[in-house]
Amino acid sequence: MNLRKLVVTASLGAIALSALATVPAAAQQAKEQYFPVLVYRTGAYAPNGAPWANGYVDYLKLINAQGGINGVKLSFEECETGYATDRGVECYERLKGKNGGATTFQPLSTGITFALTEKAPKDKIPLITAGYGRSESSNGAVFTWNFPLLGTYWVGADVAIQYVAKQEGGVDKLKGKKIALVYHDSPYGKEPIPVLEELGKKHGFEVQLLPVAHPGVEQKATWLQIRQSRPDYVLLWGWGVMNLTALREAQATGYPRTKMLGIWWAGAEPDVRDVGEGAKGYSALTLQHGAEHNSKIVKDVLATLHAKGEGTGPKEEVGEVLYMRGLISSMLAVEGVRKAQERYGKGKVMTGEQVRWGLEHLDLDQKTLDAMGFAGVMRPVQTSCLDHMGSSWVRIQTWNGKKWEFLSPDWYQADDKTLRPMVMLASGKYAEEKKLSPRTPEECNK
Amino acid sequence: MLYRENGQFKTSYAADQQIFPITQDRWAIIGILVFAFVAVPLLVDEYMFRAILIPFVILSLAALGVNLLVGFCGQITLGAGAFMAVGAYAAYNFHIRIEGMPLLASLLLGGLTSAAVGIVFGIPSLRVRGLYLAVATLAAQFFTDWVFLRVPWFTDYASSGSVSVSNLQVMGWQINNPLNKYLFCLAILTVFALMAKNMTRSAIGRQWMAIRDMDVAAEVIGIRPLFAKLSAFAVSSFFVGTAGALWGFVHLASWEPAAFSVDRSFQLLFMVIIGGLGSIMGSFFGAAFIVILPIALNQLLPAIGDLVGVEISTAGISHAELIIFGGLIIFFLIKEPHGIARLWSTGKEKLRLWPFPH
Amino acid sequence: MGFFLETLIGGLMAGMLYALVALGFVLIFKASGVFNFAQGAMVLFAALAMARFAEWIPGWFGLEGSYLGTAAAFVVAGALMFVVAWLIERLVLRHLVNQEGATLLMATLGIAYVLEGIGSTMFGSSIYTIDVGMPKDPVFLFEGIFPGGLLINKEDFIAALIAAVLVGLLTLFFQKTTTGRALRAVADDHQAAQSIGIPLNRIWVIVWCVAGLVALVAGVIWGSKLGVQFSLSTVALRALPVVILGGLTSVPGAIIGGLIIGVGEKLSEVYLGPMVGGGIEIWFAYVLALVVLLFRPQGLFGEKIIDRV
Repeated sequence: MNLRKLVVTASLGAIALSALATVPAAAQQAKEQYFPVLVYRTGAYAPNGAPWANGYVDYLKLINAQGGINGVKLSFEECETGYATDRGVECYERLKGKNGGATTFQPLSTGITFALTEKAPKDKIPLITAGYGRSESSNGAVFTWNFPLLGTYWVGADVAIQYVAKQEGGVDKLKGKKIALVYHDSPYGKEPIPVLEELGKKHGFEVQLLPVAHPGVEQKATWLQIRQSRPDYVLLWGWGVMNLTALREAQATGYPRTKMLGIWWAGAEPDVRDVGEGAKGYSALTLQHGAEHNSKIVKDVLATLHAKGEGTGPKEEVGEVLYMRGLISSMLAVEGVRKAQERYGKGKVMTGEQVRWGLEHLDLDQKTLDAMGFAGVMRPVQTSCLDHMGSSWVRIQTWNGKKWEFLSPDWYQADDKTLRPMVMLASGKYAEEKKLSPRTPEECNK
Repeated sequence: MLYRENGQFKTSYAADQQIFPITQDRWAIIGILVFAFVAVPLLVDEYMFRAILIPFVILSLAALGVNLLVGFCGQITLGAGAFMAVGAYAAYNFHIRIEGMPLLASLLLGGLTSAAVGIVFGIPSLRVRGLYLAVATLAAQFFTDWVFLRVPWFTDYASSGSVSVSNLQVMGWQINNPLNKYLFCLAILTVFALMAKNMTRSAIGRQWMAIRDMDVAAEVIGIRPLFAKLSAFAVSSFFVGTAGALWGFVHLASWEPAAFSVDRSFQLLFMVIIGGLGSIMGSFFGAAFIVILPIALNQLLPAIGDLVGVEISTAGISHAELIIFGGLIIFFLIKEPHGIARLWSTGKEKLRLWPFPH
Repeated sequence: MGFFLETLIGGLMAGMLYALVALGFVLIFKASGVFNFAQGAMVLFAALAMARFAEWIPGWFGLEGSYLGTAAAFVVAGALMFVVAWLIERLVLRHLVNQEGATLLMATLGIAYVLEGIGSTMFGSSIYTIDVGMPKDPVFLFEGIFPGGLLINKEDFIAALIAAVLVGLLTLFFQKTTTGRALRAVADDHQAAQSIGIPLNRIWVIVWCVAGLVALVAGVIWGSKLGVQFSLSTVALRALPVVILGGLTSVPGAIIGGLIIGVGEKLSEVYLGPMVGGGIEIWFAYVLALVVLLFRPQGLFGEKIIDRV
């Protein structure tokens, strides 16, 4: 390579660098409420990340089509994280100050959530983690900026055991049973373990832990162990291709799919569609909603966006489980802004701090939800300064070989008596480590 | 005209043996240091610090460590991520388990622990070499990944296995804002880089290079391969481990083993090879290339798309990013297999002659 | 006893599949000295092509519901792999002759990124199905001897058979055909081969084509097992210990290495795993390979490394 090329390369590099420096500087005074969207549409977890992102963006588009939040239009921007923590942190840094400041971040990754939990308080941006993230962060007194709305993994674990007990005909029947947890070997998969062990001690069942290494495409040994130890139930705590592989192996080792129960991240169409009939009878928890092709909100999205060709992603995907999850996550953020506007001025752009107040005072009753088109999809959500979760309702859906359906109309709710002490203990430990003083009720009312 | 050593006579041994024997080099280094310590903090914003400069500085340190092993001692390693993890988790344990442990001491002890582990995983290098060794070092990678996930003691019994640190300070100096974090990492990097530079000029560095160039011949002239190889592993792991501790403590503040996965190991080896094997300067070039390029592409592609009136989807951008990134790596390897550092020295050679062609 | 046999058989069949991926590594390393990290990406690319063409071709030509569509997709995907192989040789490797091993390794990683990017752009990044009619349900043998019978995974069994047939065919190709002999000559000594008139570049293209074909078969088998998605490219990481255990230059080594690793990791996970918390199979495979390397630094069947000073 000669000198001229060297100079050209160097100057190209310099141009790239200066472009980098100028991009974030271009932030101007905002007239729109800005929603950064962390997504993963590529990489190992893309089949599950993409529908979530489509639902998230579609709801923001829908609100814009309906005239915004009290007239405030929404702007949004995607940033690809590839489910990698360092890329997620880079995206966060890039987007947090743009267009007058980010409203909220929803990283859809436990790893990124852990990293952003350390950063969000300094930047005063609420972190919504609907159905994932740190379980102890439901304690709003310590985790002032985290909102694990609708449910945490501890809720999931507790309800899973309730379901098993119900199948067996009562909690007392759990004694002497064996329940295996097949989990993604990462903070995500390990979250439910303390609750399961606690419940195991309480009800006298045995928990068998079977970790599966990322990304989870090799599970032969795991399922051979299951074949040998013959657990009464298998809980599946996987994400992405791991769920698919687990169901395939269950089929190949002849473990009955009716005895398998997945967390809500292991209960979407991409997890089972490829297995088809082989996954028939497999059940999964749901974060309230299932596949909701017939709900009003889905019809609204189809009519307002997809009919005009303005939708995100393929039309068939609208209403699928993960699409709905993204859509509801987006709705919760929007409702937080709407609530904040009630206090800080309708028709104004809210700051992160104001949105946090809104999220802490969410009060979506059934009538409001029904009016928004979520009839039959969701139950009321009510948060407070100390309770950042708002609701712990869970339903169980079952795959019938072609689609997810609710076989029984039962709703489950996590047992606060078990979980609350654990949440307080874990969040207390966190506060101590970080030398945080938890918020008092007086501070909440400020 | 501007850059030549004509007329710079050395009249003492000290002058002859200094790190940068050419006056212009000395000035350039001082200039770069002043720029990095004074001018950069004045010029850039928070995003540049947090998303680009801090990762760049920390990964440069790690790349430097890998380069000592791969570039100077010729032992290919794909386990650098593992040693970063060992450094980070060891530093974490020193930090939380010993009351009042100074931050700097935790970081360095993390590095030392990593050095010890490096020696253990370096033992196979006495028998196995080349690509076989490269794959064998992956054993270290997967083993440490597993250990930090499975042994709760290392993560202080955190239920999720993810750990976090906060309230960092060195002798009253709070390392809490991006500027201080950057300066802290940069100071460590400067000290370590000088250390590396000196080490490669000294007896131990020459031993490493002799082993790299031909180990049997080196043995014949009296170099102990055991000492040379294991010391290279130890020093390299010390650098990489310290970088890992910084990555966890300063950059992420909260991390899980996945932060140091096998992808990180590949990334570090990339830096060293793109930057230039056996070149201190090359480690910095390589780190800059690998850290900045994907982010730059990710931000430039939509801008370019806007210019020509095409809106590229997020997925399209990251696919294009992959293709261009891979393509550029291949391009660089073909055009300059000895890395960017070679371009640098070619440039210097040309400068010596300039403006006279002969 | 029944369970031990089951694990053993499961391990052998998994090992056969690893061997199939490992074979791709060995072929290329033998002929051109390149340690091809892109093998995983090639498996992914081939599987994606196969899955998508199987979806598209029946629509284009009206071959609904027949095996003809799948067969046509296989042929088209194979042709595509040949093109990829030719491009890799032409655009990358030809320019990197005589470079160091590490540089070549990094170049193949670059190829892997490019292939992953192009594959996802052309074929999408969702989960796709390859349906070649593999049976999914298990059979149970000897139910009289062992309680619960001896579980045999039919799909794995067929896959292992296909792998074995492919290995047999490749061995024949190497031993009996002119091209095969030329390939072996190149593998033994580049310069000597060139001096007797064997065109090096063409040989390399052929080797990469064969590796591409092996990747396609591996992709179809793994894809039909797991569904075609991005994680397929990580099967390469599972195959690496196989390659170094067997020796980088030995085709039988890849097979026997595959079987040893397959059995070793399944037995370790099932019998040692519960004692230490599980999830050990991936590092156990690497440590197993490492231990073998300590005794035989060139792998079980690799060519002895002779130093000349």
